[in-house]
Amino acid sequence: MDYLDELEAEAIYILREVAGQFEKPALLFSGGKDSITIVHLALKAFRPGKFPFPLVHIDTGHNFEETITYRDEMIARIGEKLIVGHVQDDIDAGNAIEQKGKNASRNQLQTVTLLNTIAKHKFDACIGGARRDEEKARAKERIFSVRDEFGQWDPKRQRPELWNLYNGKIHTGENVRVFPISNWTELDVWNYIRRENIPLPTIYFAHEREVITRGGQYMAASPFLNLDEDDLIERKNVRFRTVGDMTCTAAVESNAHHIDDIINEISASRVSERGARMDDKVSEAAMEDRKKGGYF
Amino acid sequence: MNILKLLTAGSVDDGKSTLIGRLLYDSEAILIDQLEALQRSNRKNDDGTIDLAILTDGLKAEREQGITIDVAYKYFQTEKRKFIIADTPGHIQYTRNMVTGASNSNLAIILVDARKGVIEQTIRHTFLVSLLGLPQVVVAVNKMDMVDFDEKVFDTIVADYKKLAAKVGLENVAYIPVSALKGDNIVFESKRTPWYKGSSLLAHLETVEIPVDTQSEHARFPVQWIIRPQTDELHDYRGYAGRVSSGSFRVNDKVTVLPSGFSSTISQIELYDQEPALATAGMSVTLHLADEIDISRGDILVSAENTPHVSKQIETDLCWMDTRALDTTQTYFLQHNSRITRCRIQEILYKFNINTLEKAYDEDFKLNDIGRIIIKTADALAFDFYQDNNANGGAILIDARTNVTVGALMFRANAE
Repeated sequence: MDYLDELEAEAIYILREVAGQFEKPALLFSGGKDSITIVHLALKAFRPGKFPFPLVHIDTGHNFEETITYRDEMIARIGEKLIVGHVQDDIDAGNAIEQKGKNASRNQLQTVTLLNTIAKHKFDACIGGARRDEEKARAKERIFSVRDEFGQWDPKRQRPELWNLYNGKIHTGENVRVFPISNWTELDVWNYIRRENIPLPTIYFAHEREVITRGGQYMAASPFLNLDEDDLIERKNVRFRTVGDMTCTAAVESNAHHIDDIINEISASRVSERGARMDDKVSEAAMEDRKKGGYF
Repeated sequence: MNILKLLTAGSVDDGKSTLIGRLLYDSEAILIDQLEALQRSNRKNDDGTIDLAILTDGLKAEREQGITIDVAYKYFQTEKRKFIIADTPGHIQYTRNMVTGASNSNLAIILVDARKGVIEQTIRHTFLVSLLGLPQVVVAVNKMDMVDFDEKVFDTIVADYKKLAAKVGLENVAYIPVSALKGDNIVFESKRTPWYKGSSLLAHLETVEIPVDTQSEHARFPVQWIIRPQTDELHDYRGYAGRVSSGSFRVNDKVTVLPSGFSSTISQIELYDQEPALATAGMSVTLHLADEIDISRGDILVSAENTPHVSKQIETDLCWMDTRALDTTQTYFLQHNSRITRCRIQEILYKFNINTLEKAYDEDFKLNDIGRIIIKTADALAFDFYQDNNANGGAILIDARTNVTVGALMFRANAE
């Protein structure tokens, strides 16, 4: 089998295991290329039937407009159910407190809303688009990763995962994060998107945009960014390699207008995509700490 | 391009993580920002070069202790092949991690320290590789720089290992003298081993044959999910969703449904918007049958000409993976393919002393113990012997109290 066929077949197998093993699963949809790929894989796993789970979007309120447009068009096209958890609701209710200062972001607050949404709908499994090649802590993540009732990941208590047998048995209150594209790399995802002709939000492709420079990276100028007098707004040709909260997703300068250009750019580039995420820069163990706290 | 899944095994200081780091580094699979993170961290080799082992030491606790404590997966590709590396710890208490990594690999790299030769841990790792039935093995004799690239040292280790391989029945073994620290024979062929005529480790990994199950006579299709849209236009649609675990299925093939024993014919194979005439091992598809039969998740469709064993009593190898010892008075869950049933341990036949490869007869089954037992299941299982067909011969045990995976089973004989 060609490697893309093999990765696809494995991901479909994992999605069907989720359907078979859990009572109330959900697919976490961020609007990024990885979760878009998973939606495509779910079509392959379950059509002509309906998805045995809703899509869940944790909305920070600091979105790229293009992502929301894409999301709503996609939902209309596939005819599946979407549940949106709003970070703003948790801020208003006092469950989460907005960060202050120049690098303020709602990225960390997502965890609160995610856990509340899981609790409210009693989800026992949440499918996510994380990949092991993204970051060192993720390299050790299981495909079925059990979280306690506080959403915590304990790297020392992970279940051994043998062959393709995924143990989804949990106690009440616990839930499982499932990562069907664990074994894919960034380049695999792009090659698959090209092969399958999967439409993407426009911000993945080069466009002109107002940006400011922070920590050596371009951030999209937006009302959500706290500016001070040192910040200089410039117009640049950029694209985004990941889609997250506007306050922590950096752009790269690019003239890649077509998916072939992007694949060439990534093949030549030697900066990993998480390198363009401000939220991982805090410390070498940043991702591990956030995973333990219930982040994806 | 296809994928080779490999596992590295070695003792604590054999330099496994350095070997993987070297493979990634020299094949330019390390990205610049990761390299910067490496340079920011304070771990350096004695000569001031970057300690490549940090690339795979993913978790805080490991960075603090300096040892790998869990399976970490790494990805890289060359023009010829994609690679998934399971980096498993060599520390004595972590046998379970190596078994886990081996269950998902086609090839094992066993590291031997050139100064120490074949030692107890080498025997243990070799035994585990043979237990899990890995088709390919590479013995990387590491730290050749510490023995002045002496051919005699290498030859002695090869001769010793060959005896061990014969004892446990390993057939496809390649031997490569390397220095992970200095890079000799990892990606580039070394000028310091002119007596070595074989290829570098990477060249070997790029070209080694990966056996495929598609030609197997054991056509097996565990049913994961039933697709029933029940809409007006698809009123009678009933598709069996799953992944071919071994062998292959064609339209018009006669199949048997187990454990019920009903027979039918494949009327259609679906893969989303395609209708392939053939579904081979590894493919996730939806099958349709000519007859209406009651089939649910947990059932398995098999070739009518080659059916597996169906039994409630099985002789099996067990690798125990929990800190709490096996309790023969308890009922455990057993997960085999998409079926979960309850089971009991009927009898412990013996354990393996994995350092000496001899049988032992103490009763306790503790963390990392491996042995032969007889289990009795509530529902009948349709299984092959692991040695005949890995894909339908392995199962896991789950503790019904904690829900944790506590054991790996490799079915060896029908005990009914």
